[in-house]
Amino acid sequence: MNKKPTFSLALMYGFLIILLIVSLVPFYLMIINGTHNSFDIVTKLNLLPGYSLKDNYLTMQSHVNIWRGFVNSLCITIPYTLLSGYFGAMTAFGFAKYNFYGKKFLFGIVMASMMIPTQVTLIGFYHLNLRLGLLNSYWPFIIPGLANATTVFFLRAIVVQSISDNMLEAARIEGCSEGYIFNHIVLPCIMPGVFTMSIFNFVASWNNYIGPLIIMTRNEMYTMPVMIAMIKGLYLSNYGAMYLAIAISVIPIILVFCFFSKYIINGLTVGVDK
Amino acid sequence: MKRKTKYCHNRKWAGYLFITPFFLTFLIFGLYPVLYTLYLSFQKWDGLSAAKYVGWKNFQRILQDKVFYLSLWNSFRIWLFNFIPQMLTALFLSALFTFNQVKGMKFFRAVFYLPNLVTAASIGLLFNLLFDGNKSVMNYILVSLKFPGAPFSFFNSQVFTSGLVSYIQWWMWFGYTVVIIMAGITTIDSRIYDAAQVDGAGKTKTYLYITIPLIKPTLIYLGITSLIGGMQLFDVPATLSNGNGDPRKAVLTTAMYLYNQGFKNHNYGYAAVISVGLFFIIAVISAFAFKALERKGEMN
Repeated sequence: MNKKPTFSLALMYGFLIILLIVSLVPFYLMIINGTHNSFDIVTKLNLLPGYSLKDNYLTMQSHVNIWRGFVNSLCITIPYTLLSGYFGAMTAFGFAKYNFYGKKFLFGIVMASMMIPTQVTLIGFYHLNLRLGLLNSYWPFIIPGLANATTVFFLRAIVVQSISDNMLEAARIEGCSEGYIFNHIVLPCIMPGVFTMSIFNFVASWNNYIGPLIIMTRNEMYTMPVMIAMIKGLYLSNYGAMYLAIAISVIPIILVFCFFSKYIINGLTVGVDK
Repeated sequence: MKRKTKYCHNRKWAGYLFITPFFLTFLIFGLYPVLYTLYLSFQKWDGLSAAKYVGWKNFQRILQDKVFYLSLWNSFRIWLFNFIPQMLTALFLSALFTFNQVKGMKFFRAVFYLPNLVTAASIGLLFNLLFDGNKSVMNYILVSLKFPGAPFSFFNSQVFTSGLVSYIQWWMWFGYTVVIIMAGITTIDSRIYDAAQVDGAGKTKTYLYITIPLIKPTLIYLGITSLIGGMQLFDVPATLSNGNGDPRKAVLTTAMYLYNQGFKNHNYGYAAVISVGLFFIIAVISAFAFKALERKGEMN
């Protein structure tokens, strides 16, 4: 009676642990190899940290200014995340709690804009920024934060659910302006939702590769993913330094994940379950 | 409290005011690029001199362009060989997590999801390093295991390179699919399971014949969004193959072909028409998506 369940339990956990290893091994090898020199990497399999972290770091620094890329990525990602959170909430509030002519049609545009594939607008996006003189600047990736349709879509549902009309009426009778109501009453109430969307916006902005690839043509404006992608041509044979650079590029994401994985997993299903 | 306004008059305008920043930005950064791409598909433009009207020439060219068709097939094939294993893995894991009290379920699920968040461009290069060359980590492991034929020149093989991109996509997405499928399963009324148990159905049978049919809308949603994403695949194959999609264009996706035509060869007009072609295909898929989701609405 007892034997079979134990066996199948072991089988189940064995399977789960194998998948766990499959999920983590590339990251583990990345970090470990980042601490070894090239000779070690090509002559043996390294499973424990080595002693070449500092050498690899110096080699990496002498070839490419990785912290410049890091700062570029932050200069885009942080303003973008803040703008898309604030203006996403504002647009969502406008759609959820006000009646005006053409509202249905305008919200239809928001929905439709979620479906425009980014790759498809690439050429026009490049031309626009060329004409505006915004090539090699942060703006092409910051300003679109004002019009993040996915954030609007999710936050609108949250505003409808959690903000009652009575509450808004009460504030109006107290004499609050509409702007005051949004900033001091609505925004604090829907902050958890804004926060969840902001995690996703941060990650999406940090990971954006094709956008900066076409807009940033000068080395000193490269963001992390663009810098990492061209690193192989630069280092030639210094594997340790390359692994280290890749590790630095993904560490912010892994940190975000470690702190907020609960929010992230819950946030994933906001759009799916009813 | 501080400021007094005639809100009765302002109310309607406040609504417009709140949504104005979105729409101004959308007109410039969302709509203009789409319309300009469409306009440019009738032009010849090298990025420097003025664009020249060429009529339907770009369209005629793309219809006979073998590389374009190849790139569509590559994107689709890479998607298919990632999606089928991804669904099977996710359905199996969802069953494990639903019918068993798995200790640390949330931990397992979170770790399975992690690769989905990590920068795809970095992942492409990471796998390139792990496999490229006679002395790569993967070859080292295979040689020490005395695997016949090792070391391999992995990136000379079209089948292997394409398979590796599919594998990476599987690795990045199966955790996400588990989360979505499990969310679908929690919407099922538990009384249905009780009824199945009364009828004497085992766990496997219950899952195959009751759970899966009931979450079909979720599965369709996953399939279609995944296909739309798959047809736009760029980051992983681009960084894995140093941007050219080799060996022999085996992992040249449509998005990569578009990028290369535009930003490497400076054929912006032709790149625009590739965009239009890709957009057309994605629009057809999305139309199916709408139909499927409408059916989902009817069922609930």
